[in-house]
Amino acid sequence: MEEKFRLETKLAQTGTGKEAKTGAINFPVYYSTAFRHPQLGESTGYDYSRTSNPTRDVLEEAIAGLENGDRGFAFSSGMAAIQTVMGLFEQGDHLVVSYDLYGGTYRLFEAWLSRLGLRFSYVDFRDLNAVEHAIEPATRAFFVESPTNPLLQVMDLSAVCHLAKENQLITIVDNTFMTPYYQRPIELGADVVIHSATKYLGGHNDVLAGLVVTKGEELTGRMAFLQNTAGAVLGPQDSWLLMRGMKTLALRMERHQQNAIRVADFLKAHPMVESVFYPGMEEHEGFYIHQRQADGFGGMVSFRVKNAAWVAPILRNLRLISFAESLGGVESFITYPATQTHADIPADVRNRVGVCDRLLRLSAGIEHVEDLIEDLDRAFQRAMKESD
Amino acid sequence: MKFSTKLIHTGHDTDPYTGAASIPIYHASTYHQEDVDQIGPYEYARSGNPTRKALEETIAYLENGKYGYAFSSGMAAISSVLLIFSQGDHLIVPEDVYGGTYRMLTSVLNRFGIEHTFVDTTDLDAIRKAVRPETRGLYLETPSNPTLEVTDLRGAVAIAKEHNLITMIDNTFMTPYYQNPLDLGVDIVIHSATKFLGGHSDVLAGLVALSDEKLAARVELIQKAFGAVLGVQDCWILLRGIKTLQARMDRSTESAQKIAEFLRNHPAVENVFYTGLSDHPGHALHESQASGHGAVLSFDVGSGERAREVLKKVKFPLVAVSLGGVESILSYPALMSHKAMPREVRLERGITDGLLRFSVGLEDVDDLIADLDQALL
Repeated sequence: MEEKFRLETKLAQTGTGKEAKTGAINFPVYYSTAFRHPQLGESTGYDYSRTSNPTRDVLEEAIAGLENGDRGFAFSSGMAAIQTVMGLFEQGDHLVVSYDLYGGTYRLFEAWLSRLGLRFSYVDFRDLNAVEHAIEPATRAFFVESPTNPLLQVMDLSAVCHLAKENQLITIVDNTFMTPYYQRPIELGADVVIHSATKYLGGHNDVLAGLVVTKGEELTGRMAFLQNTAGAVLGPQDSWLLMRGMKTLALRMERHQQNAIRVADFLKAHPMVESVFYPGMEEHEGFYIHQRQADGFGGMVSFRVKNAAWVAPILRNLRLISFAESLGGVESFITYPATQTHADIPADVRNRVGVCDRLLRLSAGIEHVEDLIEDLDRAFQRAMKESD
Repeated sequence: MKFSTKLIHTGHDTDPYTGAASIPIYHASTYHQEDVDQIGPYEYARSGNPTRKALEETIAYLENGKYGYAFSSGMAAISSVLLIFSQGDHLIVPEDVYGGTYRMLTSVLNRFGIEHTFVDTTDLDAIRKAVRPETRGLYLETPSNPTLEVTDLRGAVAIAKEHNLITMIDNTFMTPYYQNPLDLGVDIVIHSATKFLGGHSDVLAGLVALSDEKLAARVELIQKAFGAVLGVQDCWILLRGIKTLQARMDRSTESAQKIAEFLRNHPAVENVFYTGLSDHPGHALHESQASGHGAVLSFDVGSGERAREVLKKVKFPLVAVSLGGVESILSYPALMSHKAMPREVRLERGITDGLLRFSVGLEDVDDLIADLDQALL
């Protein structure tokens, strides 16, 4: 795809025109693990599907084009993507990580990678002095989310990447919440972008997938090596499903955002809600920074209710919005980070960061927004009644 | 119950809701929860999915284990199992280990402080001598790839138990039909299910089976944390392949035996490696720990030049990496599966420039023999 096309066009045309033999608009699913060699020492470019598969290739090219990176890599889950990226480092290395962070990433870092000699400092990246202070001689990288999960805190990505470059560090950004439609961290100076493509990119809660995009020849070569070596690759059927989802990403993100803004307004005005976290609200402390570095605010809204005893009845009384782990699908989801996505973070750490037992995270789907608001309103009323 | 019956009646042979003769493909990444305090059996597909669960329970059942895990490739399974170890731990690994495993050990895990010693595991003394205070695991392949050397599983397990080592085996070549390492005391069985279990060269997958509860919890946590899980469509395709495992293995093994005997008598062939040949040094040992010889054999045509000629002339086998499909596959280890290994190391391990590996498929054996015969001329 030519650079000159806009994102909406690139998305709708994912994979189109890539199949020259039949002209099939949708690229075929290559269910083949091995590829015949014309003769020894000659290859069609494909040898073994772990190393590369034609269907996966089209997906990998598409995400690289969307994120303006050099090369894309597809993995069997978002966590497999993160784990494989972490293979860039080695024992003794240190990373500075945003302290509000997806629980699965935290678990991977603390429970597993610490056993392999990696060290992590968790820092509030809104405070660049704190970040700079955390850099050690052994520091190799920053690993950040912006906005963060689940508190939707915003950091100045350009400034973070600049600080990284000054210190010869690489910057890794988990861009799951924003997607390349709204935010392209490589354009802001990041070296590696990671997606849990299970979320908005896939968009239908039907496929687990992770994507990585790298910038720079050396990093790209090392990622290709690691992807092939650890082998946590995405299957061709799932690659195809993911591309199918990506074609409608722009439309979905616009509706997710529209609904999220309305839901955030509703929550803000509700007497049972203490605070609402959404970077699209002007009073959000990261509003201006976010506007400068992203083209939209996304579909994720977190909020804190005034009483922890209301959480269970609210969740029980929702009829439309699913109480489920995950986000980014066409269906609206509500998640209780304390026991679900962030359950692996010790309670004291969680509470210090602000992921307390009164926090709920809502992924606004693409249903009619009035139905979503009515569902929340009814659940709130019943929760209040039940706890009276 | 006999193995061929087990393959068809795994406990997941029908869908409990509809009676469908095949388990549905649950393309769901997440699951609605009725109660915040009582999370249901499935929460998020990385941690569990009904289709994947059916496959995982199937491999556990076939390997006579209690726990099974499915991964996105054989290497993802191997990498995930090896990640149960920590910085400072030491592993003993066969010197002719699969090239992909070699690459993971020597260029990734070593950087994270997981050390290894390569030994000839067919020599039990060599295993014993390699044990260090920090040794935690013994990794095995038998018969080995591609030289089909046989390691004494009972003997190796006895040494491992003396030193509290976790034993792992790559059972890809044998499949649970011919070899059940858990019955012999091995702790963890790994499969590249891309090969015989899938059997159709269409799906990449890795499987792990084990019985120890504590060890299973460690593997399960890594599967969840690392997330190199197998997609649901691929789980279903693999379950479909497994149903015909015995029928395929019976036929391929029968053909492999005939081909090995043909090659042994062929003037252009210097050496044939197949445990089914009665003069194979590991023949009797293999028969004491496995019930069949499998469908993979290797043979040495003397030089790289001769190997190239054969590869150019064969008509039926795919010239490709991989093995274990319904179609015969002829590979050249020096440039394919063991390309990651430096030449001098490779030669030391018997993987010569003239060595070819033949994965015997389901074609008529006379056609395959005639094809090899004309290619060897």
